[in-house]
Amino acid sequence: MLNILVLVKLVPDTVEELEIAPDGRSLDPASVRLILSERDEHALEQGLLLKERYGGTLTVIALDVPEVDDVLFTALAKGADRAVKITGMEPGPSTWTAAGLAARTLAAGPGLLPADLILTGVQAIDDLDGQAGPILARLLELPYVGITCRVEVDPGARSAVVVREYVGGVTGTFEVSLPVVLGVQSAEKPPRYVPVAKVRAAMKSQRLESVPASGESAVMRVEILQLMKPEATGRAVMLDGAPEEVAAQLCDVLAARGLL
Amino acid sequence: MAGEIWVLVEQWRGRISDITYEVLALGREVAEALAGSLQAVVLGPGAGESASSLGAADGVLMVEHSALAEPVPEVYALALAQIIPQRQPQALLIPQTNVTMELGPLLAARLAVPFVNSCRDVQVTDGRPVARCILYGGKVEASVTPQSAPAVFGILPGVRPPEQGRVERAPAVRALSVDLPTEFPLRFRGYTEPEAGDVDITRENVLVAVGRGIQRPENVALAEELAAALGGAVCGSRPVIDQRWLPPSRQVGTSGMIVKPQLYLALGISGAPEHVQGMKEAALIVAINTDPRAPIFDIAHYGVVGDLLEIVPAMTTRVKQGKQAA
Repeated sequence: MLNILVLVKLVPDTVEELEIAPDGRSLDPASVRLILSERDEHALEQGLLLKERYGGTLTVIALDVPEVDDVLFTALAKGADRAVKITGMEPGPSTWTAAGLAARTLAAGPGLLPADLILTGVQAIDDLDGQAGPILARLLELPYVGITCRVEVDPGARSAVVVREYVGGVTGTFEVSLPVVLGVQSAEKPPRYVPVAKVRAAMKSQRLESVPASGESAVMRVEILQLMKPEATGRAVMLDGAPEEVAAQLCDVLAARGLL
Repeated sequence: MAGEIWVLVEQWRGRISDITYEVLALGREVAEALAGSLQAVVLGPGAGESASSLGAADGVLMVEHSALAEPVPEVYALALAQIIPQRQPQALLIPQTNVTMELGPLLAARLAVPFVNSCRDVQVTDGRPVARCILYGGKVEASVTPQSAPAVFGILPGVRPPEQGRVERAPAVRALSVDLPTEFPLRFRGYTEPEAGDVDITRENVLVAVGRGIQRPENVALAEELAAALGGAVCGSRPVIDQRWLPPSRQVGTSGMIVKPQLYLALGISGAPEHVQGMKEAALIVAINTDPRAPIFDIAHYGVVGDLLEIVPAMTTRVKQGKQAA
């Protein structure tokens, strides 16, 4: 029976136009809609696949931010056994602080540690002063493998074989003893879809646990001087018109380059 | 304070990666602005042989140890955590690729020093290194400075041209020793080559690339038809591969393939940094996206804000007609 923990976080949806707040160092909260970090969605899926394959319990853990309840109930509807939110602490923009908070809460929260596998997304789009997985691994003094795309566990031998992505499609295989922290790049299957009705049912029949953040807030060791919209180094020549007209213009561009 | 600026030499499968020279070029600028010396740090057995192309640095710091034969970030971090206190560099610049992704955070966490993620530049302002980092998939940048030294910076590919940092001259080499355990909880077993796909996208002249904006698996056929009409192949960005709508052999980006076709037609691809690294050298980049602010338009030569599901079939029809007329 594996004890699997999946740490997830919510990040701004980049489909929305992100605006910078008047202080110049943070995002305007009015422009931010939070969604589950894409790599964390893969971490959750990988955790669910491992639970189904080897048996055990899966607990999904997130910091208490707006929209977090929806994300946690969705995880329960997908098959997580427990959902825990860490309350009472604003991590601000620091991945380091958030990872520190998570590490202390895992140690303090009821029945969370010892875990066999702690999974999280390999990166998040708001990582500024670190990546959650490796920092968490160091704080818990556990080994870490990042950019994972396949995980096989040998529960009896207390070990796992983990496949990591390199470049050009090459992968590397690692053997690691449990417990281990994994930074998931992609789950072995696409993240599962769960119908809204099932999420609603989870909201009625299951509950979220709250664990107050424990310990002092970790220090952010970098200073944000300014946030800015990137200066475009170049800019495409923009073509417009009805689809037919645009298609014709594009074909002219290709023809002029001898590509047709 | 004139200190040392270190650049970690990334070696993978027996060769120094191009990004090493890019980061050396950056390190040269930072070292000069801080009146410090630039040191290239080489980890691994046979490290001494690597020094001949590292002439951009003032010196090479070499750590030879059998445990460093493969770039296992945990072990590299342990080695670096032992030599940094010996020499107290002001900054360590680490290439941030799939080989070294977690090395910076692991090291910074070991030493409790600042780490700055995803830097696309580092400049010196008022005697302090200030990094420009990518956030939110390239939609925002942050200028960030570490609050203490030594600080670790993860540097993304493309920070400077590699030629600028490749200098055929062997600087003075200094050997440093580390004490590493022989047994780690983590053991490297070996590499696996990608399964040969039906198509080698690195050899195609024309690539029609699909991203999240393709919306549904059945829409990939629209891209296939256009690619066939243009005599090219279809490839994709990470979300499409994650959904298994295309096989991994068709992935463009940092963990997929680096492609340099004559034409790269990006359909519904936002232009996240990990994707752009894989295709920015294409001779002609054309992007179609519904989001007028998608970062892909900053590197594309031609762009269209519109619905690819309408434009692509219209293009296919035209290309076919043109071929019939010719």
